[in-house]
Amino acid sequence: MKRNLKKYLSLGLAAVMAASLITGCGVATANGDTSATAATSSASTAASSDATATSTAASGDAAAATSTAATSGDTVKIGVYEPASGDNGAGGKQEMLGMQYANSKTPTVDIGGKTYNVELVFADNQSSTDKAVSAASTLVSSGVSVVLGSYGSGVSIAAQETFANAGIPAIGVTCTNPQVTEGNTNYFRICFLDPFQGTILANFAVDNFKAKTAYCLAKLGDDYSVGLCNYFQKAFEALGGTVVFETFPEGNSDFTSYITNAKNANADVIFSPVSTEAAALIIEQASSQGVTVPLMAGDTWDSNVITEAATGKNIDIYVTTFYQEGGNKDFDEGLKAYIDGDATALQNNGGNDMIAAVSAMGYDAYYVALEALKNAGSTDPKAVNDALWKTTYDGVSGHIEFDQTNGDAVRDTAYVKKANTETGTWDFVAEQKAK
Amino acid sequence: MDWSVVLPYILSGISVGGQYALIAIGYTMVYGILRLINFAHGDVFMVAGLMMIYFSASMPMYYSIPLMIIFTVLLGYAIERAAYKPLRTAPRMSIMISAIGVSYLLENLALYVTGGLNQNYPGIPWISDSITIGGAVTKRVTIITPILTIVLVVALILLLKHTKFGMAMRAVSRDFDTAQLMGIDIDRVISVTFIIGSFLAAIGSLLYFTNYTGVVPTSGAMPGLKAFVAAVFGGIGSIPGAVVGAFIIGICENLIKGLDSVLMVNGITSQQFGFATFSDAFTFVLLIVILILKPTGLFGEKQTDKV
Repeated sequence: MKRNLKKYLSLGLAAVMAASLITGCGVATANGDTSATAATSSASTAASSDATATSTAASGDAAAATSTAATSGDTVKIGVYEPASGDNGAGGKQEMLGMQYANSKTPTVDIGGKTYNVELVFADNQSSTDKAVSAASTLVSSGVSVVLGSYGSGVSIAAQETFANAGIPAIGVTCTNPQVTEGNTNYFRICFLDPFQGTILANFAVDNFKAKTAYCLAKLGDDYSVGLCNYFQKAFEALGGTVVFETFPEGNSDFTSYITNAKNANADVIFSPVSTEAAALIIEQASSQGVTVPLMAGDTWDSNVITEAATGKNIDIYVTTFYQEGGNKDFDEGLKAYIDGDATALQNNGGNDMIAAVSAMGYDAYYVALEALKNAGSTDPKAVNDALWKTTYDGVSGHIEFDQTNGDAVRDTAYVKKANTETGTWDFVAEQKAK
Repeated sequence: MDWSVVLPYILSGISVGGQYALIAIGYTMVYGILRLINFAHGDVFMVAGLMMIYFSASMPMYYSIPLMIIFTVLLGYAIERAAYKPLRTAPRMSIMISAIGVSYLLENLALYVTGGLNQNYPGIPWISDSITIGGAVTKRVTIITPILTIVLVVALILLLKHTKFGMAMRAVSRDFDTAQLMGIDIDRVISVTFIIGSFLAAIGSLLYFTNYTGVVPTSGAMPGLKAFVAAVFGGIGSIPGAVVGAFIIGICENLIKGLDSVLMVNGITSQQFGFATFSDAFTFVLLIVILILKPTGLFGEKQTDKV
């Protein structure tokens, strides 16, 4: 009897562990779903264009076909290093949507006179700097030629060295902290930087709200929000204002006391460029405490998570961002059709077909990677890295070219949007250029 | 000193303290009876939040709230039956590991179901409305929480002290084996303990997420941890201890967050010290200090092991 019990016990425990393993992977498959189908379809096109691949691929299932196509050498792998879970999961998924849409539109690329199928390889960095390196290593060991991502500066900074050691170039999509590209030759980025964004936001606060005191709230240990708050503080104080700067610890969901602090400081504006997860809580708690001053944030808040949280509440929210819906009609319509046509994509976009700026950036990043591959004339990561310095591209978010010191995109425009609390959409406010 | 500045912090402290208290009772009761720290309790709390979101999306509040409570209770009961009951004779460490396993299972299931995205908790009419108390604007739930917490705790203590079943529970917590010899159905007592714990966690989750409206798979971790600290702080095994501990932790935590602001408004200092950053660190320092000074906690039973 006792024996039996022990047996059941160990069986049960093993089952629990196995179940958690399955669920752990389940997320990866949920995101990878589209990639798996993309990979299969590219494998079948490979089969038609390449006779040797046909004979080997015909017998195998989808997975086998993919691997055959990869070894036969006409698939180029692009790593997607993005968060699909954690604080920034929502944003990461929207950024990936842009890449997946671009991949569905242009699944092949001509490199050195040969047509390659593009396969997106996904790795979830879980928005966490301690998971970042292992996610990056997965991409390195799967043999990608170039990496796109990530949403969130902290994880990009954490993985930079892994990519550098493997000699793989990375294109930052919406990581705006300067440290991502500083002091290395393999990390590039296609978006604007925080010193620029912080200054724009500070100027906007002073010009439009006559703000004299700002309350900044960042997440402790988060490179992005702390960094952006610092740049905002610098610019705001240079304009003659005063700043009260506080940080909250990881896992905090009680913001009422911070909002009371902001009120006590007589803040004219609350600046809190934190992850959307915390942002939704801040908006909710600010509105229930009757905050009347505007809330401002950077590019992370440009998400339908924010508009959803703000709908029906009496609150003003302003953000700066990379792309304004309506900027490119073809892209908007194409992406909307793509999102509406796929239940997983729709869910990943938060249940509606509003276009996030990060999706536009993900879309552009994919094409920048293709340009670089074309320029390199090879799938060798080293060649792609060298080619990236000279790569230029006119994307939906504007002209992209890299400066020659850090590999940052040369950008001078940010869009300011305001959350419409009635319709649950973003209203365009102004186009801000660097002064 | 202008005390009206302090009021909003105390209000939110009392509110969050009440929510911690409701979770802490679940910890402390299970510990009292099984000598088990039920690590899955915080996750049951999170799952209750998720259930409310999914139920309220498809049915009106007066169905979804009772349904959420019933399902949370069933979940707590099922966890006890599936993961703890078979281990009753096993070493205590095995049960503890099993609890950790359940905790991870629930978190990962939630990750799978939600895709890791933040889910917005529905606004509950009346209790999520904003009200003004002494110049501080807050949600009505802030006031309801401590009252409801105290009512529930009093009811629970009455149940324990004045019913036959309560007597059985106290007997089991005093001496497991002897209680069994006296003809008390141990399994029933333990199941009821889990049912009460889960019921309070469900109510706690309703109040907590109405205030802090976002549920992610790790939402249960922090409140669970704080409630556990509260239970240890008050003396684990003691229900009044858990409640007092929870209120102290909730209030202190919020006062620390606001200390800078209070000092500055009152003109005591013009410089920022950045105390807000240390609000969580404070909670755990408090725990360490209490454990050093009074190892059994504030209301902990002084128990001498008889040989």
